Amino acid sequence: MIDGFLALYIFMLAAFCGYEIIARVPVILHTPLMSGSNFIHGIVLVGAMIALGHAQTPFEITIGFVGVLLGAGNAAGGYVVTERMLEMFKSSKPGAGKGDRG
Amino acid sequence: MSLLPTLIKACYFLAALLFILGLKRMSSPRTARGGIVWAGVGMLLAVLATFFLPDMHNRSLIVAAVLIGVSAAWWTGRRVAMTAMPQMVALYNGMGGGAAAAIGAVELIGYARALGLLHVVPDTSPLQPESWAINGLPPLLSPVELSLGVLGALIGTVSFSGSLVAFAKLQGWMDKRFVFPGQRVVNILLLAAAVVVGVVLASGHVSGPMIALFFVLALLFGLLMTLPIGGADMPVVISLYNAFTGLAVSFEGFVLGNEAMIIAGMVVGAAGTLLTQLMAKAMNRSIGNVLFGSFGAAAGGDAQ
Repeated sequence: MIDGFLALYIFMLAAFCGYEIIARVPVILHTPLMSGSNFIHGIVLVGAMIALGHAQTPFEITIGFVGVLLGAGNAAGGYVVTERMLEMFKSSKPGAGKGDRG
Repeated sequence: MSLLPTLIKACYFLAALLFILGLKRMSSPRTARGGIVWAGVGMLLAVLATFFLPDMHNRSLIVAAVLIGVSAAWWTGRRVAMTAMPQMVALYNGMGGGAAAAIGAVELIGYARALGLLHVVPDTSPLQPESWAINGLPPLLSPVELSLGVLGALIGTVSFSGSLVAFAKLQGWMDKRFVFPGQRVVNILLLAAAVVVGVVLASGHVSGPMIALFFVLALLFGLLMTLPIGGADMPVVISLYNAFTGLAVSFEGFVLGNEAMIIAGMVVGAAGTLLTQLMAKAMNRSIGNVLFGSFGAAAGGDAQ
C-alpha cells in the first residue's frame, strides 16, 4: 500500500523526531514520559480495529477481537495513568491549571 | 480521491501531529499536563476516523471490544494506588504488545488462508497485491509487508509476555527471581529458533502450525528473558518493552498501510530507546547489565 522507500523515509524521520523530543528531558519526567509514550503507542487500537474489520473466519475474528480489547486497554489505561501521574505536576500557583480531564 | 477517504487520511495526519506535539509538551514540567490532553484528542480523532473506513466488517464486534476494553482499563487505572503506577504501565504496555501481535497473527492467518486457496507458494519477487485480487481472492501481502509483519509480531509478542512478567513481579505475585544454570544459552536458543521460524514465515511459507510455533517460541522467549530480572531494575525493563511495543506498532502499521501507526509507533520506539538509556544511566547501570546482570554474582545495585 505504501511505497517501500517512502516508508523508510517516514521510519527514519519519525525516529529522529522521537529521539530529539526526549534528548534533554529532566530526570523527574522519566516515568511520566514512559507512561505518556505508552499511551501514544495505544494507536495500535486503530490497527487492531482494522484487522478485526478485515477478519473473515471465526478464528481470525476471535484473535482480532482480543486484539481490539488489548489495544483499547492500552490506549485508555495509558491515558488514565499518565494523566494521574502528571496531576502531581499541577502548578502550586492559585487558580492555575484547573482540571481539564477528558 | 473522494471526500471520505481524504477526511480519514486527514484525521490520521492530525492525530500523528498531535501525538508528536503532545509528547513534546510532556517533556517539560510546565507544559506536561496539557501534553497528554493533546495526545488524547489525537487518539480520539484517529479511533473515530477508523469507524468510517470503507470495507470494514464486524462493526458491532469492534464497538463491543472497544467499549469493554476502554471501560475495564479506565476503571482499573482510576482505582489503583499511586504507588502501583509502574506495574500498571507495564500491564497496559503488555496489552499494546499483545494487540500488535494479534494484528500480525490475523494478517498471517489470512495469508495462509489465501495460500490455501491458491495451492502455490509465491516466488519471492515483489508481488503486485492487486493482481491477486482479480480472481476474487484476498490480496496477498508483498514480501516486504510480510517480513515487517512477522518482525512486528515477534517484537510485540516478546513485549507482551515480558511486560506481563514485569507486571506480576511488581505486583508481588512473583517474589523470587527465577534463575537456572544455562539460562542464557536457553534464551539465546529460543530467540534463534523464533527468528528461524520467522524467516521461514517471511519467505512466504506460511502455514497454521508454523504460525503457532512462531508465537509459542516468542512468548517463551519474552517470559524467560524477563524472569531473572530483579524488581528494582523493572522500570528500565518496562521502558525497554515500551520501546519494543512502539516498534511493533510501527511495523504492523506498515503492513496495514496506516501512516498514523507508523509515525506514532516509530516516535515511541526511538524515544523509548533513548529513555531506557537515560533511566539506566540514572541508576548507574548499562542496559546490558540490567538485562543480563543477574548471571554474574556482582550484579551491582540490585535491591532484591
